[in-house]
Amino acid sequence: MDLHFGDSKPTDEERAAVDALLGPPESSWEGADRSDADLRWARGGREARARRDLLLPGLHAVNDRVGWISEGALGYLCRRLTVPPAEAYGVATFYAMFSLKPRPATVLHVCTDLACMAAGAQQLCEGVESRLGPGSGVTVQRGPCLGLCERAPAALAVRAGDPVRTAVAAPATVERAVLTASAPGSAAEEPPAERALPQAGDPSLILLGRVGVADPADLDDYRAHGGYTALRRAFALGPAGVIREVTDAGLVGRGGAAFPTGRKWRATASAPDTPHYLVCNADESEPGTFKDRVVMEGDPYALVEAMTVAAYAVGAHRGYLYLRGEYPRALRRMEHAIGQARARGLLGDDVLGQGYAFDIEIRRGAGAYICGEETALFNSIEGHRGEPRSKPPFPVEKGLFGRPTAENNVETLVNVLPVLTMGAEAYAAIGTPGSTGPKLYCVSGSVERPGVYELPFGATLGELLELAGVREGLRAVLLGGAAGGFVRPDELDVPLTFEGTREAGTTLGSGVVMAFDDSVPLPRLLLRIAAFFRDESCGQCVPCRVGTVRQEEALHRIAERTGAAAGDDIALLREVGRAMRDASICGLGQTAWNAVESAIDRLGAYE
Amino acid sequence: MTAIPLGTPRRLLEFTLDGEPVRAPEGSTILDACRSAGKDVPTLCQGDTLTPKNACRLCVVEVEGARTLAPACSRGAEEGMRVRTDTERVRHSRRIVLELLASSVDLSTTPGVAGWIEEYGAEPDRYGPDAARVEEEPRIDNTLYVRDYAKCVLCYKCVDACGDQWQNTFAISVSGRGFDARIAVEHDAPLTDSACVYCGNCIEVCPTGALSFRSEFDMREAGTWDESAQTATTTVCAYCGVGCNLTLHVQDNEIVKVTSPHDNPVTHGNLCIKGRFGYQHVQNRD
Ligand code: SF4
Ligand code: SF4
Ligand code: SF4
Ligand code: FES
Ligand code: FES
Repeated sequence: MDLHFGDSKPTDEERAAVDALLGPPESSWEGADRSDADLRWARGGREARARRDLLLPGLHAVNDRVGWISEGALGYLCRRLTVPPAEAYGVATFYAMFSLKPRPATVLHVCTDLACMAAGAQQLCEGVESRLGPGSGVTVQRGPCLGLCERAPAALAVRAGDPVRTAVAAPATVERAVLTASAPGSAAEEPPAERALPQAGDPSLILLGRVGVADPADLDDYRAHGGYTALRRAFALGPAGVIREVTDAGLVGRGGAAFPTGRKWRATASAPDTPHYLVCNADESEPGTFKDRVVMEGDPYALVEAMTVAAYAVGAHRGYLYLRGEYPRALRRMEHAIGQARARGLLGDDVLGQGYAFDIEIRRGAGAYICGEETALFNSIEGHRGEPRSKPPFPVEKGLFGRPTAENNVETLVNVLPVLTMGAEAYAAIGTPGSTGPKLYCVSGSVERPGVYELPFGATLGELLELAGVREGLRAVLLGGAAGGFVRPDELDVPLTFEGTREAGTTLGSGVVMAFDDSVPLPRLLLRIAAFFRDESCGQCVPCRVGTVRQEEALHRIAERTGAAAGDDIALLREVGRAMRDASICGLGQTAWNAVESAIDRLGAYE
Repeated sequence: MTAIPLGTPRRLLEFTLDGEPVRAPEGSTILDACRSAGKDVPTLCQGDTLTPKNACRLCVVEVEGARTLAPACSRGAEEGMRVRTDTERVRHSRRIVLELLASSVDLSTTPGVAGWIEEYGAEPDRYGPDAARVEEEPRIDNTLYVRDYAKCVLCYKCVDACGDQWQNTFAISVSGRGFDARIAVEHDAPLTDSACVYCGNCIEVCPTGALSFRSEFDMREAGTWDESAQTATTTVCAYCGVGCNLTLHVQDNEIVKVTSPHDNPVTHGNLCIKGRFGYQHVQNRD
């Protein structure tokens, strides 16, 4: 490659932000001053390009320190990493959290998504925007779910600097949001993670039992509460034994696709190509989901241990934890836990003295729902645009860096711990024959006690809502998030299992349960869902890139109409929806019409 | 694709295409098999010299047992597969894809698309006059070629041709996302401030006319572009000794653009700035 970097220069601060990540440049080829030695060698080639995966961390470094990414900063980062500037520009403009235009150092992200919308996000935004107008030094950015739905409405302030400061206001009033944005450094600490668990302290909890009980910052406390027994058992069983247990336990992926975990691991473990990778998808961006955040904030070592077990099973020596950019506290807790585990020999060259090497790298997302799709996530880690790849080939053959990769989300991984500590048989006895084990649900909206609930598979939707204290006047329940579907208040006896929801013509998805009473007009919810997909489409394929726009337009046209007057547009929605479902590359486009369709068919939204 | 067969003969796969048994060499795509069976599958983002990005989804076919439709241009043929190319489901998706495209970008210079719109009964107008369109002014920032992204279907071919598949210059990329995604150089600068070396390989592969020779663009504006009055003559480039083939498109005794045959085993349609744009000396008659 003969790269052309232009003549823009980084400021000292931008340079310092990049150098803090990559170390100082070694030669003028990388942006240092020219020395005599530089005349006799040229840098580049494979070695330099192999650092491409540091592009996303580099963009974060600049954006965190300065608040936006200038031409000079981008050029310098590209020079350091041998990345063509046009490609880096394409990557930077892909993510919502980066700005390529100057903006104030503080950004206040205000959630306008479903649960927050039902809790008055509109008024919150208007209030905040009128107080924090131009000149306030704060950019107010309305955006999708921040994963704080149990405390809706929510806002997240990020102030660039060294270090970057973040603070959360949730539940947010205009006052609190404005205060948080103007002084994120002195904002009150968030309530502890267990406050999101209405069942906290219940001894029957299997996945959430340690949250609020063991200190999330203390490895010894984790061990005192049963930590690292699963990994010991894993070493005793050997990789094939672990995979057998996981298969016999009937564990399936909790991210929505419900793929058998044992099968995925076996395929990865037996793939001849090396190295193998383990990727933990902690990018939960499904509106209404926050369980992974609670697990990472409340029991971070559990995820470290579970990743170690999974990596051992599939023969991976490096794991990537791809963590949502909007989760600063989960990031801090996971960084701390990984550091402690490394210092204590639970990660590194010789895990638990068993001669097995494994380490975890954290990668932060930067505001793109699509990066929750596994292949988009690989592209994002690799420093490319977070666009899904077409499958086949599947990740177990060609995943991260083109190598065999096992990708699991947080909830799936932490289920591996009880599988090993209880044994496959005892685990499989929980739940139903088709859906085994415990399941986490994120309940939000019109309920008295929103939060994360753990129940064995098979409890009904009604039982779950009962626990959460559903309010009067329930109009609809959104099951599975924006990619899921609505069910009616008279359908609450649907069992929460993969087979049960399928039979009822809906989906469990990732375990989102959002309840809406009749105070929120249905057409507005649908418009919000449509806007979400339009915003989050990666833009790669036509059915989704244009289809999501046409869907939103049609919903706008019929927002105030019903019956025959809406008929034409509903027919159009169906036709476009069918093509999106059939012909889109990935799950985003394929599911973008689910919720709207279910609202029309099951709730009679426009009758 | 290469005109010189290389390597050992490949194993033949057997599968069925619209109910008929067919055989195709291992490694072929469904599209290859369709074409050798004489079946017509519309394609837009597929290019004969590039690995398709399968982004347009026009070529979708039904593979028995699959939940969604498959892009024929990039899905490999598999032993025992049952493929249907002309079901109602397939036709529906193709029709909607054509409608979505035609209602959002200007396809007036896209060869072939008018025929498909008719064949599949697409009605782009039914999305109404307010349907969002890609509104972009043509970018005329250099004397060699024009970028008119209001005509771009985001097939990614130009990016691949400029990047790792051919030119290795990486001057352009996709920026933004969703409906706002656009092809751009860094910071959306003029081409003259970018790494572009004006090889024109991106123009060669562009299926829509979003990238075009300045000469063609100007003549279209002036209403003098007339393909039926043009002749195309393939000759060898006179600049260096590599022997690239040039196809000179001549109208009224003037070269109006230069393309290159894609089946040339050495260049596959790629040229450099001299071969592509350096033709003025030929018609300098004073
Ligand atoms: S379906 Fe949507 S998100 Fe998925 S690849 Fe296509 S455009 Fe991107
Ligand atoms: S002319 Fe060549 S270098 Fe310039 S953008 Fe096109 S392919 Fe890239
Ligand atoms: S400019 Fe042409 S080649 Fe490039 S993406 Fe658009 S349509 Fe494809
Ligand atoms: S934080 Fe607002 S909907 Fe989730
Ligand atoms: S031609 Fe196959 S997807 Fe575009």
